[in-house]
Amino acid sequence: MTNHPLHFIKNAIIVVVCMWLLACGESPNSHQSAASIDNINYPIESGGALINAMTGEPSGLISMIAGESASSAISSNIFNSLLKYDKNLELEGDLVTNWQISADQKTIIFKLKPNLKWADNQPLTSADVLFTWQAVTDEKTASPYASDFQLVKKAETPDPLTFSVTYNQAYAPALDSWASLQILPKHLLQGKNLHTTAFVRNPVGSHYYKLDSWAHGENLKLSRNANSVLGQAKIDKLITRIIPDNSAQFLELMADNIDLMGLDPIKYSRIIPAHPELQQKLALYKELGNSYTYMGFNLKHKPFDDIRVRHAINYAIDKQEIIDGVYLGLGINIASPYKPGTRWSNPELTPYPYNPAKAKALLKQAGFVDTDGDGIVEQDGKPFAFEIVTNQNKEREKSAVLIQRRLKDVGIDVKIRAIEWASFISRFIKTGDFDVVVLGWGLGLDPDQYNIWHSSQQAPGQFNFIGYNNPTIDKLLEQGRLELNPDKRMKIYHEFARVLLEDSPIVYLSAGYGLTAINKRVKGIDDPAPPAGIGHNSHDWYIPTPLRRNEISAN
Amino acid sequence: MLKYLIKRVLWMIPMLIGISLISFFIMHLAPGDITSNEAAFNPKASEESRQKLREMYNLDKPVIVQYGLWLKRMVTLDFGKSFASHQKPVFWQTADNDGNVTKGLIQEALPITLMINLLGLAITLILAIPLGIIAARKYLGWQDRSITLFNFIGFSIPGFWLSLLLMYWLGVVNNWFPISGLHSLNYESLDSWGKLKDSLSHLFLPVVIPSITGLAGITLFVKNGMLDVLQQDYITTARAKGLNKHKVVYTHALRNALLPLITIIGLSIPGLIGGSVIAETIFAIPGMGKLFYDAVLMRDFPVVMGILTIGSALTLVGNLLADVAYAWADPRVRRGVARD
Repeated sequence: MTNHPLHFIKNAIIVVVCMWLLACGESPNSHQSAASIDNINYPIESGGALINAMTGEPSGLISMIAGESASSAISSNIFNSLLKYDKNLELEGDLVTNWQISADQKTIIFKLKPNLKWADNQPLTSADVLFTWQAVTDEKTASPYASDFQLVKKAETPDPLTFSVTYNQAYAPALDSWASLQILPKHLLQGKNLHTTAFVRNPVGSHYYKLDSWAHGENLKLSRNANSVLGQAKIDKLITRIIPDNSAQFLELMADNIDLMGLDPIKYSRIIPAHPELQQKLALYKELGNSYTYMGFNLKHKPFDDIRVRHAINYAIDKQEIIDGVYLGLGINIASPYKPGTRWSNPELTPYPYNPAKAKALLKQAGFVDTDGDGIVEQDGKPFAFEIVTNQNKEREKSAVLIQRRLKDVGIDVKIRAIEWASFISRFIKTGDFDVVVLGWGLGLDPDQYNIWHSSQQAPGQFNFIGYNNPTIDKLLEQGRLELNPDKRMKIYHEFARVLLEDSPIVYLSAGYGLTAINKRVKGIDDPAPPAGIGHNSHDWYIPTPLRRNEISAN
Repeated sequence: MLKYLIKRVLWMIPMLIGISLISFFIMHLAPGDITSNEAAFNPKASEESRQKLREMYNLDKPVIVQYGLWLKRMVTLDFGKSFASHQKPVFWQTADNDGNVTKGLIQEALPITLMINLLGLAITLILAIPLGIIAARKYLGWQDRSITLFNFIGFSIPGFWLSLLLMYWLGVVNNWFPISGLHSLNYESLDSWGKLKDSLSHLFLPVVIPSITGLAGITLFVKNGMLDVLQQDYITTARAKGLNKHKVVYTHALRNALLPLITIIGLSIPGLIGGSVIAETIFAIPGMGKLFYDAVLMRDFPVVMGILTIGSALTLVGNLLADVAYAWADPRVRRGVARD
């Protein structure tokens, strides 16, 4: 999701393509009738190739070094972790059969599955796990995700199937961290510098697939790993093409050259439904993502330190309007920083309703009254005006525009500034030189949000850049980190979300759906999507022989 | 002449240093560095790890020290390693101790961009020169007017728009040409004839569209050059001598009319390696334009500097070549240089 000066052109491209596509309706490219693919019950069988596309190329396939999503999207097919999340986002074993937590909650003992093997037939043991931990915490490794693992005081391998870690004090996010750390082969990487090794472009893993070839800037081809520790995936080959432009990707999808792509709301709810021939061959899926958009106040700046002002602004913004206008209805209103439907999301909370009258009353209470009749409220003769800063992201810019209008209704004068990402971070976020930002948080699956909300995390470069400082929240965040029992932990985070909503340091704007189109030749996809999303069982997806592409399967 | 050449080449060295110095400082004026990209804005990623990265890449040092380090490497023609692409070499391949060869970023991108742009330039010239001559000979006739109109349209149409329409029409509706990319997925299993056909069909749109939109300028140049020359006295003389029309136009006039083209081609050399961000993005071509653009966004300084340095060196060389070619083609210039 990089955004940049080309933005205007990209928008123009999207508009042109959309108008074109809406205008042309039926294309002469007719395929077999919809009924034939939809209604036949194809037997489950393995084989075939799935062609995917992504906009960015991975820098390497050791995701703890690379850090970007393109890297983990590929490497998660190649490497396993100790734990993983099931379809309901509960933890289960990936490389391990089970794990035990000591009574003092400081030690976790992982039992590996027996007879694990790397794709090159070497045994995968606890030594590899230990090696991976040493690698990620090594002084010479600059992994962005090292901090979770640096908390491990002691890591041991009593036998080849046992790996145990001990923390100085109980650390609840530890389990999630072991679900994200991909285990690397010691026998290939020992003594190598992870930042320069050629292994990143020629990895050997243990998961369903192995890398066959990587044509730089063009495609990555994966094929089934015969030694896969979790059994065999159904589809033989996974091919990922690198197509930076979204419109070009969509043309490839229309021409049947790729099987799936992520969609924006316009393609999902306007273009594809307007084209019967596309509806015939594409199945549409929507799933709740792990991210949300918010408007954050700089709490160190007046008047945002006044809770009445924050509440007033929260009431003055019509969130449904943003969801309808920006996301074409393909999003939901949220009241806590957790994915609705998961255990961490507090079901009792409701978002602030749109209530401009209440907003005006609250502003008045806080001393903001329009004394000179120009439509803008003043406090001590100073008009209430501020600037919303955001990065060049279509959705965020549009949201800001809607906010601007609604705040004008209650007498607040808002200007908008959208700038390129790196400048945005360095010039505004790091320096704290902003009043209000519109941004998004992409969240991990662990409920711990210490880095975002704890008052100790306000130094430049840290993530509590809004300057939030609430002792109740601090205490809850600290408790949440110490409690490994999921049920007790859930209560802590429900309370945390309640206090946060009440205090309103940010305004939750919306959580958009992830939208995907997949060619109907791919079968075995869960619909509707479970909390973990449609991808959770992608190894069970299959492509029936009659529906496969010829030239690829022959290859 | 030789003295002149040596002088020109030696002058390039201080020029290059000056260019690189200015580029380096301007690049560092943009806020942010490799650690401030969007992927790093993740609550799981700690500030310590970003600091570690900055130290690893010497980004914590003053800009002037960083420039010194860069210059020191450049003296040995070491362009360094990319920050953002897992330390791929910027320019040329390197091998590690185990014999794994890692190709350089520019090494991979340059041939692709060069091929597309050279093909494009060739097509432009092949079309522009005859069109320009026709337009000049039939000045203000219907041929001239239709060529002007065609050029005007070609010049005004945004390349990306035309690209997308043609991609849709030729790729989706009719399936005559591939939509994006450089090779089909089964490229490796094709025979050499099939490979050639496959490559050419992938190159068709990315090469032809910029040539059409770039045609206008060159055609106009040729036309105006021709018009100028055709009014010269020596052409009238040639005509008066009773030389046949073809000889007058193609031997006497054309050679002189094409002189300005040498300058244009010389100046287009840096453009040949530059590549177009938009075209490369739309057609999914891993060329120089995309490489440079992504490097700027990621604040991948070694790559930015590498491309700028090679680009400015080529610009200087291009200018020199254009001047030399001029001297070769035009005796008046040659005499002027010899006097220096």
